[in-house]
This record gives sequence, C-alpha cells and structure tokens, in this order.
Amino acid sequence: MRASQSLFVQALLCFLLMAAVPSASQVKSWNQIQAPPLPAFKPQQPVRMQLPNGMVIFLQEDHELPLISATARVRGGSVYEPANKTGLTSLYGEVWRTGGSKTKTGDQMDDFLESRAAKIETESQSDSTTISLNCLKGDFEAVFDIFLDLLHNPEFRADKLELAKGQMYTEISRRNDSVESIVHRESRIIAYGKDNPYARVPEYSTVAAVTRDDLLSWHRQYVYPNNIIFGITGDFDPKAIEIKLEQTFGAWQKGPDAARPDIKFTEPKPGLYFVRKADVNQSTIGMLDLGIERSNPDYFAVSVMNEIFGGGFSSRLFNNIRSKQGLAYNVGGGVGYGWDRPGLTNIEMQTKSATTVEGVQALDNEIDDLQKNAATPEELQRAKDDILNSFIFQFDTPEKVLHEKMSYEFYHYPLDFLERYRSQVEKVTADDVTQVARKYVHKERMAVLVLGNDAEFGKPLSTLGPVQDVDITIPPPPASLMQQEPGAQ
Amino acid sequence: MKYWFSRLICLLLFAAAMPLMAQDLSSYEKRVSVKTLTNGLTIVLWQRPEAPVFSFFTLVDAGSAQDPRNETGLAHMMEHMAFKGTPDIGTTDYAAEKVALEKVEQTYAAYEAERIKRVGQDPQKLAQLKRAWQDAIAAADKYVVKNQFGEIVESHGGVGMNAFTSYDETAYMYSMPSNQIELWAALESDRMMHPVMREFYKERNVVMEERRMRTDSSPTGRLIEQFLGTAFMANPYHRPTIGYASDLQSFSATDAADFFKRHYVPSNMVIGLVGDLDPEQVFPILERYFGRLSTTPKPEELFTDEPPQNSVRQVTLKDPAQPFYLEGYHRPSYLAPDDAVYDAISDILSNGRTSRLFRSLVRDKKIAAFAAGFSGWPGLKYSHLFAFYGVPLPGHTTEEIQKAIYEEIEKLKTQDVTDEELQMFKTRTKADLIRGLASNEGLAEQLATYQTRYGDWRELFRYLDRVDKVTKADIRRVSTSAFAETNRTVGVIQTQTVSSQPVAPASKGAE
Repeated sequence: MRASQSLFVQALLCFLLMAAVPSASQVKSWNQIQAPPLPAFKPQQPVRMQLPNGMVIFLQEDHELPLISATARVRGGSVYEPANKTGLTSLYGEVWRTGGSKTKTGDQMDDFLESRAAKIETESQSDSTTISLNCLKGDFEAVFDIFLDLLHNPEFRADKLELAKGQMYTEISRRNDSVESIVHRESRIIAYGKDNPYARVPEYSTVAAVTRDDLLSWHRQYVYPNNIIFGITGDFDPKAIEIKLEQTFGAWQKGPDAARPDIKFTEPKPGLYFVRKADVNQSTIGMLDLGIERSNPDYFAVSVMNEIFGGGFSSRLFNNIRSKQGLAYNVGGGVGYGWDRPGLTNIEMQTKSATTVEGVQALDNEIDDLQKNAATPEELQRAKDDILNSFIFQFDTPEKVLHEKMSYEFYHYPLDFLERYRSQVEKVTADDVTQVARKYVHKERMAVLVLGNDAEFGKPLSTLGPVQDVDITIPPPPASLMQQEPGAQ
Repeated sequence: MKYWFSRLICLLLFAAAMPLMAQDLSSYEKRVSVKTLTNGLTIVLWQRPEAPVFSFFTLVDAGSAQDPRNETGLAHMMEHMAFKGTPDIGTTDYAAEKVALEKVEQTYAAYEAERIKRVGQDPQKLAQLKRAWQDAIAAADKYVVKNQFGEIVESHGGVGMNAFTSYDETAYMYSMPSNQIELWAALESDRMMHPVMREFYKERNVVMEERRMRTDSSPTGRLIEQFLGTAFMANPYHRPTIGYASDLQSFSATDAADFFKRHYVPSNMVIGLVGDLDPEQVFPILERYFGRLSTTPKPEELFTDEPPQNSVRQVTLKDPAQPFYLEGYHRPSYLAPDDAVYDAISDILSNGRTSRLFRSLVRDKKIAAFAAGFSGWPGLKYSHLFAFYGVPLPGHTTEEIQKAIYEEIEKLKTQDVTDEELQMFKTRTKADLIRGLASNEGLAEQLATYQTRYGDWRELFRYLDRVDKVTKADIRRVSTSAFAETNRTVGVIQTQTVSSQPVAPASKGAE
C-alpha cells in the first residue's frame, strides 16, 4: 500500500517535473502565435504657440535624460539662390556657424562649446537653413546665448568663407571619384533638367563668385521671426521655457516673407543616357522620371505600390532581381514624393558589367509586370501590414513627433497628417494600386541612366536603342582662381 | 557591484558641467536584467518603457577573422544565409527540399573538383558537371518561398531589419512593436538553430556584386584592401571581410553550414534587448524558445598574433581618383591597459573643430579638406591599427599631408597635451554615453557589445573610470611607443589618368 502510493506520488512528481521543463508543446510555430493587442499609446504632442511676429514655436518636454536640443528652421534654401552663385547657401550654412558673431569668433565658440560637450551647428537644405543646438541641460543658458548671438549677429568672417570655399573646391574636384556621387548628381540633372534649381551643381566659378556680402545679405533677407519655425525638446520646465522664449523672441521685428521661387517642372527626355567610367567592374542603372507631391491624393496608394514593388526585404524587385536572379546586391526604388515639389522617381540597381543589358531588361520586365498586375491580394495585404503594423515607429520618441510636426508646419500640411495617412492607407484597394501604377510608372516616358565600363559589357548598350553619352568632365576653375590657388585643377 | 556605481557617481558629480543626477544612474542599473540560459546564451535586457516597442541586437562572437583559409568571405556569406529561412519558413515542402539541397551539394562538389584541377581538366566533363549542378539548383528552387523570413518580420511591424559582419563579429538587428516579443523569439531562435542554406549559389553572386560595389569600383575600397594586406601579414585582419573573388566563387553551402555549426553556438552569442519589455514576462518566453539551442561549447580561440613590424611599409595605388593619404600604426587589442589612452589621443587629434588635426592641417596650413586619426581599425579584438588619414585640397599633395601629420605626432611625443584638451576628452566621453542612452537600437548594440567584450555590460559605465585615469604622461608615453617609423604602414592614392583598363579581371568563376 505504502509502496504503491509512493510509486504513484513518484510518478506524479515525475510528470510534474517533466512539465516544468520546457517542452516542445510550449514552443509555437511562428504562424500559431497570437500577439496580444499592442498597449494603447498616445504619443505626447508638442505644445504649439505662435508669437505675434509670426514665429511658430513647438515645445516638447522629455525628462528621460538631462539633455536639451533645439532647432530653428528658416525659410529659404539653395533653390532660392541665383544660378551664377550656385553653392551660396552651402557656404552660408557652413560660415554662419564657423564665421562667429560680431563679438566672438567661431573658434572661440568652438572652445567654449566643446569644453561642455555641447554643439551648435548651422546647415543648409534645398528650401531652408537651420541653426540647432544640443547640450546638457545645465549648460543650456550659456549655450542658448551663443545660439541667439549667431541668430542675430552673425559676422561671416572672411577667413572662414575662404576655408569653406576650399572645401567646396575639394568636393568639386572629387565628385567623379565615387559612383554614388556621379549617379546621384546626373540622375537629378536628367530628371529635373540641368537648369532646374533642384538639379543645379556648384562649379568652381559659381563658388568663386560668392562674396561675404552675399552671405550677409542672405541673412538680412531671410532670417526673420515670420520665416522661422523653432522647436525645442528635452529636460526643461515648460512654463519657464515658454516665458523665456516669449521674452527672447517676442520683441523681434517681422521682416519680409521669404518668397518661394516659381519653379517649372518638365518631364525628362526619354532615352538611354550613358556615363562611361573605366575604373569600375559594375554598372549602375537608374530608370528616372518625375514623381509626385505628398499632398497628392494618390500619395497613399503610391506608398502602398512602392512597398509592393521596390521597398524592403520582400518586394518584387528584391525577390526577383536579387534573390531569384542573383543579378544585384542593390536593387529597389519607386515613385518619389516631395513635400512641395515632384519627387524623383528612381528605380535603381547595380550589376556586374557583363550583365548590364540584362539588368536594364530585368527592370523593364518588372515595370511591364507592374502595369499588368500591380498587386495580388496577398501583396496588397502584406504591403499594408508592413506600413500599418510598423506605424508606431513614426512616433515612438518625443523627438520624432516634434520633427514630424515641424515639417507639417513648414510645408503647410495639416498637423494631423500622420493620422490621416494611417486611415488613408487602410482604405487603399488593389484597384487603387493598379491605377497609380498606370498613372505614374511609364516605361516609355522614363529616362534610363547607365554608368559603367563599356569595355566589359556582355552586349553593347545600343542593343537597347540609341545611346546618348553624358559628359561628366569637370569644368576647370576660372583663371582668377588658378592664380589664387596655384596648381588647382 | 555597488562599488562601481558609487565611483561613477563621484566621478560625475565632480566633473564640471555634468548635471547627471545620481538617482538617474542607479535607476539605470535597476532597469537591467541579465540572464544566461543553461545552454550558455546570455541575454541583457534594459527596460525602457517610453513607447510600446523594442529593439534587439544579437552579437555572434565570430567574424571574418574566423574565416577558414581559402574561404575568405564565409562569415559574411553566413550572415546573408541567415535571412534565407528555416525548415519552417521559406519552403513549400522541407522534406523534399532537403533532399534536393543535398543533391545541389553533391553535384557542386563534383563540379568543383573538376573546376579546380590544375592539370588534366576535361572541358566537356566540366560543362556536363556544371549543367548537372545547375539543374539540381533549379530543382531545389521549386520549393523556395522567396524571402519569407523578411516578409514575416516586416508584415508584423518589424523595421530596420539588417545585419553586418566585421572582422570581429557578426550581428543581427531590427525593432518591433512590443506585443510581438513571442513571434520575435520564435523567429530569431529558429534561424539561430537551423538556418537552411537555400539559394546559396545565387546569394554568392549577390555577394560578388557587393564586393564589386564596395571594393572593386571604389577608390578607397581598392586602397584599403591593399593597405590592410600590407599592414598585417599574420593576423587575420590582412584578409578582406567581403572575401577575395576566387574564394567567393568556390566555397560551398556545406562550408557555410560548417561555419555555422562551429561558431553559432549559444555560448558564443549575446542578445541585447531594449524597450518596453518586462523581464518577468519576457524571460520565460526567451527561455522557452532560445533554450532549444543546443549546448555546444564555445569554439576554441585560434589566431596568430601579428609579429612586431620592424620595417617600413608603403602601398601606392596608381588610380584615376584624386589623391588620398592614409597611414597606420600597430597597437595592442582593446583589452590592453592603455586602451582608453588611445581613445584620448584619437579624441584630441580628431574630434570636431577644436581638434589638433583640424586646426593644423585644415584651418592653419590650409592643405587638407579633412584629416583625422582614429583607433580600433579594422577590428579591435586582436592587435590592430591606430590610423591617420587626410584629404588634400586641390593643388596640395599627400607628401604635405604626411609631413603635417608627422609634426602633430612629434608634438604628442615631446609636449604634454593641455589640461583643457584632456578635460574636453573626458567631458565629451561622458556626454556621449548619456546621449547614447536615448536610442533603443543604439543601447541594444552597446549592451551586447560590452557584455561580449568584457563579460559584463556594466563595463559600458566602468569605461568612464578608465577614461578618468588617463594622464598627460600616458599620452606622451603611448604616442612615443606606438607612433614609430618601423611600426608604420603608409597608403597613398596617386592620381593617374588611365585608359579603359578593367580594374579587376572579368569574373570567370562558377557563376
């Protein structure tokens, strides 16, 4: 009796012990796992305020770390600059900071900031310039004073302008050394046209033409509160900072509004464009066209189409050209979108010289296929899942939310554009995808850029049609510059 | 365990302009849980509940330095294969596919044996064997569901899916919404348990394209391959991570599977996990899934230490590109007691507009557009290099750059750095650490890296202690011993306009 009972207990114990050991039954296959619902997450929204002088301010508290960062984005960028001074805003974006203020040189600022592990930087983009700071919160007062000094009293010292010009000359002299830099530049020239401000390239002569007065007058023309969106995030007391910013910026006088240049966009001339580069064993192919603006109601269907066609690890281009055919390491692309201008549509791949023609044909086939069959039900579902299930990564840090809102404000988009985007993507149908594929992806309208070493091509490029050579020779510096910089070439 | 924290707090409280609160730091340690499973896998989890997402970083303590002889590029190839799925993912019928894949290996071995014959190769037989191999590939391909692994990750909200291979390690990473933690554990344990070598030979061609892009068709890529081959002769850093073209065209799926068996064992891996994850809920899940990985001992560390250089070495690349200057000096591995001293030297020479190389070569002498000196290259597990480089302005030469760098080195040897320079280095290092805490991805990488390199993630903070001890005398001493002429390798790009000569022979391999 005892013995049998104890045997029973032993068996029971044994069973229980076995159950405590991880068993295969507790491990599920990936497709049997049911994820619990994601906890509700309301990302913290920044406080928006607008001063009577027009300046828009966003405050985004974040007390996780003892840091503060701030950015002022000023309307006016490289597409606003005169063609004969292309490069002006690049120089401005550099020398604004390095040239110091009326009372402090840039070098003195460097010493002060670096000893506090703090940063103030200025930059230029196509449609704006920015001045930003990043520091430990205990240094904020001192660092912000320098930020304001640069904002109001920049000096653009001549020695720093010369330094910045030297760096631009270096970039120009090296711009044909890297495949990526050539393709980036020539793609824009072909798609937008060489005189379009979004495609213009600084040359020795246009950089040499920029003077210190140009930088001063740029600053006088654009840096006014009504042209600025200011955002600050970090470990600060929102009430105190609000008062401080109102006091600091409230008295600043309005200036003329930045007038956006009227830029005409014309479609690229279709054809086959070839850049010869003898020191490569791989060709880069780009199929180019003008894309759309984000404000276009088709934007949502286009983003779903891009996801299916050329985005991520499971797109058609990746599956067919990389995994199935082993033709490329880099392959991808889709219809481009810009905030306030047509984006650059670019369907791109790189393949060994010998398979250049096959590469172009492979992209051609994918485009044909897209026209015929833009989205299977599975592809549509996957693409929407990709976008919607990862949606939280659009706003998972307070800083991302701040920058998102600053962009909407800058481009006059509704501040809830992100939420609208989600609900619009949910509604996209397979028909919508087919329609945008037919509307925006046209093989016969596209310009095809090929960079490569034609001595190694398996078949001549001309098998695909007439080829137009693209001359990428760098125009030599003007004589005046040669005297200044002996040996410059 | 308490000791280092109080040290750290003292250090931070007394450092100027460092308002990092003591309570913040102790709360950081409370956020971290470490678990080593019985099979040896270590997981470091940092709770950061700011948003319902998480990031991971799996570090396999094997990189291209572990590539077998004649199989350069194999560690990197294995990294690519880890995206090809498992018996459960990426196939319509694994049982049949397995048989077909075995056939691929058999036919490849037969083809390869004929292909590498130096004497008596039979072209007809070779063509036949090649056809048999390619037919076998086509047969196996019928079962493949393309990129299903990536598709599952992305359609469940995964972002930033990627991986890299360096000389020292192979790493995998992405981020997901936090409710997908069980799916994540299933996927990642599955591919670390039995990756299937499907589509291997097509992926080899993809990697060849990667080599053409990064090395053959890039001037600095070309220089660096030649430079490292010259600076190192014995230690595995002399071989390219991407692999030599002929190795990439000969190794097999069987070779990759062998590499996997040897190096992808739980005791050789650390996972860093950061985000909205509760260890009490998450660790049992991780144990369940990752506990399945077999208990295989960590592979033996085999490497040849680089012998002292004792010679001057130079590589001159005659190239159509603009001039470029590079030089490197051997230094001991990251475990050397002077590791933080090298970091100090690098910071003082190169960090920002106050740095010595910027002020001397760029601002004052106006000969360079950019110049820097940095440590930890091309890896840091073994003895490696402290390197300098400079980009000359148009009309200036690499000789001028070299001379100016030597002047700066001489200054380091003969004069103490200033108090301000040394303090700047220490302040910036602390601030960088704080800034690094703001990103799940970055933090996951740091945790996995420090846990692997030092056996304790806390070294991430203890490092500050070592930084604080660096003195001006240390900088002079280390500069004097390291930056010696016979410890130097110089690499230069000399511009030469060439005719249309191919840079690399057109590939004739088994593509």
